[in-house]
Amino acid sequence: MHDKTWVPVANSTDLAPHHVFQGRLMGQELAIWRADDGHVNVWENRCLHRGVRLSIGINTGSELVCQYHGWRYANRNAGCTYIPAHPADAPARTICSKTWPVIETGGLIWTHFEDRDPPLPELPEGGAALRPLPLAAAPEMVRESLAGLAPEGFGPLDETLQARGPAGSLHLMVQPADAGRAVIRGIVQSDEPELALLRRLNLFLRSARDQILAQAALTPAPEPIPHRPERVSEELAEMPEMVSGPARLRVQVAKKELVAKDIVALELEPLRGALPASQPGAHIDVALPNGLLRQYSLVNAPGETGRYVIGVKREPESTGGSAAIHDSLAEGDLLAISEPRNNFTLRRDVEETILVAGGIGVTPLLSMAAALKDDGLPFRLHYFAGSEEQIAFGERLAALGDRLVNYIGLDPEKTALALKGILKSPAPHAQVYVCGPAPMLDVTRATAAEAGWPDAAVHFEYFANTREIDTSSSFRIELARSAVTLEVPAGRSILSVLQEAGVAPPSSCCQGACGTCMARVIEGEPDHQDVYLSEAEKAAGDKILTCVSRAKSDRLILDL
Amino acid sequence: MNTMTQPDPFMLNQWYPIASLQEILPGQPRATKLFGQRISYERNVAGALQVSDGSRALPVLEQYGCLWTSLGEPDELFDVPEYAEPDRRNVNAGSVGVQVSAQRGIENFLDMGHFPYVHTGILGALPHTEVKEYNVEMIRDGREIIATECLFYQPMASTVSTSGADVEYIYRVPHPTCSVLYKSSPMDEKRLDAIALFGQPTGEETFRGHMVLSILDDVNTDDFISYFQLHIFGQDKPILENQMPKRLPLDPRAETPIRADKTSIMYRRWLTGHGVTYGTIPAAA
Ligand code: FES
Ligand SMILES: [Fe+2]
Repeated sequence: MHDKTWVPVANSTDLAPHHVFQGRLMGQELAIWRADDGHVNVWENRCLHRGVRLSIGINTGSELVCQYHGWRYANRNAGCTYIPAHPADAPARTICSKTWPVIETGGLIWTHFEDRDPPLPELPEGGAALRPLPLAAAPEMVRESLAGLAPEGFGPLDETLQARGPAGSLHLMVQPADAGRAVIRGIVQSDEPELALLRRLNLFLRSARDQILAQAALTPAPEPIPHRPERVSEELAEMPEMVSGPARLRVQVAKKELVAKDIVALELEPLRGALPASQPGAHIDVALPNGLLRQYSLVNAPGETGRYVIGVKREPESTGGSAAIHDSLAEGDLLAISEPRNNFTLRRDVEETILVAGGIGVTPLLSMAAALKDDGLPFRLHYFAGSEEQIAFGERLAALGDRLVNYIGLDPEKTALALKGILKSPAPHAQVYVCGPAPMLDVTRATAAEAGWPDAAVHFEYFANTREIDTSSSFRIELARSAVTLEVPAGRSILSVLQEAGVAPPSSCCQGACGTCMARVIEGEPDHQDVYLSEAEKAAGDKILTCVSRAKSDRLILDL
Repeated sequence: MNTMTQPDPFMLNQWYPIASLQEILPGQPRATKLFGQRISYERNVAGALQVSDGSRALPVLEQYGCLWTSLGEPDELFDVPEYAEPDRRNVNAGSVGVQVSAQRGIENFLDMGHFPYVHTGILGALPHTEVKEYNVEMIRDGREIIATECLFYQPMASTVSTSGADVEYIYRVPHPTCSVLYKSSPMDEKRLDAIALFGQPTGEETFRGHMVLSILDDVNTDDFISYFQLHIFGQDKPILENQMPKRLPLDPRAETPIRADKTSIMYRRWLTGHGVTYGTIPAAA
């Protein structure tokens, strides 16, 4: 009967701003909500964590927040972006609420459970949606009973529940809410004054409902369709660490725009479907046309899920990544990117957050600032830029109001002084996030340590390791779990030796800046050459970034 | 559920609370439900308690301010030694019916992560949401689960301070539908208050929660203590009643656990290990 069609499940007017509407289709409860960008989401009405209805959650306009433990799910892709019980972890796994396709037309919200999109419903132009009429009767019977009835001013409803007449044209739809529950919806197109017509049709439907209910009372009510929730993936059930797969996403450059001197912003759109969820601080790998792989932080604010936004600065002395983007990439071009990864997660369980940005390092901090602002958490973004015209993403910055403090054209000495001021009083419930060029990060970290900030409260992301890597040593590595011993000769990295042996951890930047390729050291003394680990972590000696760091001892035993 | 499901042996052979003793008046028979079955109880004029399922007399136990009975052959009831300490106040705070399985109710009782969201300003406060690492283990030969070193931020952590601090909790699960939590007493920081939730599974998807406290408090009235506890539980009730499915799913892939849910994971495994089907959705074999 209703197979292979889109089914209306709500009226557009049901989706009031910042509300969640509870719908039902074939026994499946739906959480239907509109984000501030206008996108309508049709999701399974169940939080993946402990099964609480999402329809009692909070629609922030960009995300849906579960009432029970505050898990946040993003507009569009329905990916979980934050798990408050573990504020330091990125929701490492692809926790994604079940979504269904949606269209909005004729004042109605439509969805379907088919594998492929059925053809769009043919609807009269400029029609008005009727008030929905729920009734406890089998949808099939409702449909049969309606066919043949003739509302005043229209001919009889045909089998597809369409009627024409002097009054205009009328389309009715029966939403199969459950085996014994239906909702009559409809669209009418007419020259008559709308209010009177809608009222008349409403009366017609009510009397039809009374007839149908009288008839339904003669047969036993059908058993409700059992709720059969999908199982979560095996790895979600076991709470594992994240494995960043080589998953390659194809995106199109929807917009390329100069947002400051030597800085372009790229907006990347999915070719189909929705982009995977990202969190503040996340970055993507971008495979450039010239074969290079580069990491860029996402600028995206919460709920800004239709496109990934990155900022790329032209680096004259770079290996050509930024030049390739600035000079040869055009709008409409296709790019391959990785799923977002996050080594720079934002805690939101703190009373004060200090964001420190240097130059293009502002990109992940913009994303963090937007999230903190959304949450109503106190923060300040200190932005160091070389000159006025090097200030990027002006609009996003302006939205931060007085929480933004600019420092323009300071020399290293004055920068150091300013940082001293910013970091002068460590507070027990405060956190610092810093991203920028390596020298500035080094100074910030040193200043923070001097002022008494604990290492764990200072988070940083280098966008490159500018130190010279010394690859002259040679040593042996023993892999505890796979029970193999490998030689690392001078001139080659641990990572490349591991890759050859087929036991490598995931990797990304390959210059000791992103932390993806970290391995645990069981024995031996690492020779740290990365910029990712903190001084305390380096001193502890139980972790190593396999892409650049080496061994001071003859051998290292790794937990691989 | 209109058909009455039979409880599995593990659930059947337990003691269950069916009323708070203070509510039972001599010569006034009352009725309640256990596993969907109607149960009547009465204190006769001689002062003896009698419980019946209509066809036979059921075992009777007066413990922790509650009347306990069983439809099976129960072992000894678990011990809450604090209840016998002479300087404590033992309060039966009340009994509340909830439209969800008793095991969902217990799992909620074991959960700290919801404090800032559900008990805002009382047991937790935003933005302090972190559930720090804690320990869970099985004790007494697998007859009880215990979670220790559980820390959670609480605003106004004690009566003497107005600022927030981490409060320590210990959780015990000695029974499939009963749990006892201990937290540092606001009156005496070196001792622990005990707060128990005793679940009476009235059906597969409904239970009555009997709340019993054994605390160090010589300031507040019983009414105030009850009111406070009922207020907290009243905040949990609407959340519990919006959980789907209403029975506790035991399939590890039915829901998505995080590290903070270690106790609940162990509780689900423990129920699975004992073959519990009543009030749960067992994993498909
Ligand atoms: S049930 Fe939704 S956050 Fe826990
Ligand atoms: Fe609670």
